[in-house]
Amino acid sequence: MIRHAFARAYLGLILIFLYAPIAVMAVMSLNASEFYALPFRFSTEWYERLFTNDEILAAAWRSVWIAVVVAIIATALGTMATLALWRHDFPGKRILQALLFPPIAVPWLITGTAMLIFFFGVGIGRGTPAVIIGHVALALPYVIVTVFARMQSFDRALEEAARSLGARPLTVARKVILPHAAPGIIAGALFAFAVSFDQFVVSYFLAEPGDSTLPVLIYSAIRKGFTPEINAVSTIIILISMAVMVLAARYAKFGGTR
Amino acid sequence: MTGAERLRALGLLAPAYLWLTVAVFLPLSAMAFFSFLTDVPFGDREWAFTFDNYAQALTNPTYATLLWKSLKLAFWVTVWCVVLGFPCAYILARMIKGRSREVLFLLVILPFWSNALVRVFSWAIVLRGNGVLDRAVNAVLPWDVKLNLMFSETAMVIGLVHSYLPYVILTTYLSLQAIDDTVIEAARSLGARFPRILWRLILPLAMPGLIAGAVLVFVPVVGSFMEPRLLGGRVGTTYGTLIEDQFVAVFNWPLGAALSFILLAVVLVILAAASPALRKATT
Repeated sequence: MIRHAFARAYLGLILIFLYAPIAVMAVMSLNASEFYALPFRFSTEWYERLFTNDEILAAAWRSVWIAVVVAIIATALGTMATLALWRHDFPGKRILQALLFPPIAVPWLITGTAMLIFFFGVGIGRGTPAVIIGHVALALPYVIVTVFARMQSFDRALEEAARSLGARPLTVARKVILPHAAPGIIAGALFAFAVSFDQFVVSYFLAEPGDSTLPVLIYSAIRKGFTPEINAVSTIIILISMAVMVLAARYAKFGGTR
Repeated sequence: MTGAERLRALGLLAPAYLWLTVAVFLPLSAMAFFSFLTDVPFGDREWAFTFDNYAQALTNPTYATLLWKSLKLAFWVTVWCVVLGFPCAYILARMIKGRSREVLFLLVILPFWSNALVRVFSWAIVLRGNGVLDRAVNAVLPWDVKLNLMFSETAMVIGLVHSYLPYVILTTYLSLQAIDDTVIEAARSLGARFPRILWRLILPLAMPGLIAGAVLVFVPVVGSFMEPRLLGGRVGTTYGTLIEDQFVAVFNWPLGAALSFILLAVVLVILAAASPALRKATT
């Protein structure tokens, strides 16, 4: 069918638009020339330099452990809140759910600068603790929405059954509710990791110069001028965040709901 | 709900909402407070209440021009995202089935969840003078072309469309998928041709998703500063970079706070205007 061929061609063009610049960046990170000169000559020099660049390595390590800490805190707090929102009906519940939107809907530029003002005012200042506090707040709504979506498929009869067999509320939570929520919790944790690991705007205002995360370091490096090392580290970052998202998407599908 | 249950719910909710209060709601309040001050109230600095920051932010012609420029930029990015995204969402939702749809959908959404800064940087490599795009075009065309797209408004629009296109595709896909096949079958059996079905049936039914996607693009783009800086260079001064400067270069935090709140007001007006459509799209 002509229409289908046309449709596939259009999708192909969109995918080229989305992936071509990333592919170019990845290829150029393996090009020997510092000025992206062609013809292409294969070289791993930029990756080798990368692994001896202490500044980049320190920022990379900081980005990773901050994202892990953020994922742990956001997943724990978010899962707890979701269970309460899902399990109980109470006055003000709709307001609590609406309060999840500001961290997503307010532009990060505004949230980030507001955090900077407030953290300075209360003495937290800039630095890694401020970055973690900010990232957790940004990640919480994603965790809650993801776990909540998973709990929609929970059969309440299971809980009734466990209870009528004499299980205490805590036992019900641990043995019946949490196992069901697990895929949603894992997906939520991966989303939270991605929100933190890829976050630039809020980190930019909250990170201390010389103590910054990887995206902030890359931003200042690009503004000083391009280097193929930045190319190499950017390629690694994009591969990591895409891998995390493919994993999250697999868990978020919650095993055969489609 | 019994007393014990209420206590348990409170205990489960309190940590998350306390965190959001400390990290989002109190900061926004503090920023509102700062926007009415003459100077930052740190140390032994003199400060007083004033409306000057807002007066300055609203009357300075440069600031007004930049806000207008940011709104125009957001408008064009949104238009391109909708124009490019709708057909893509339509094809994914209604023309492709099964496993290949799942894979293609993931491929379209994936870049959106990867690092925004890195993706903008990758465009900088492609667009820069004598860069990859220049060479590719010159290799195909026999005459000499100087594209020189880097550091232009076009470069900013391209980078921003690349960043936000998946939003529109995602929201539109969801509302297109919800359309009942029998409705379209009925229209077809009554003799309606495809353009008419598209215009009278599919487009109206997809509208909530399209509007939701458009809002999700427009709002962050009005406040963007990193993409204009990296891809716009000299012409990349926007309302977002103006606010950024107040906080990281000029250190006029009260003025920056006032500018931020004007931006927030613009965003809230847009969200309020679109809220009926947004509500429809989420249910």
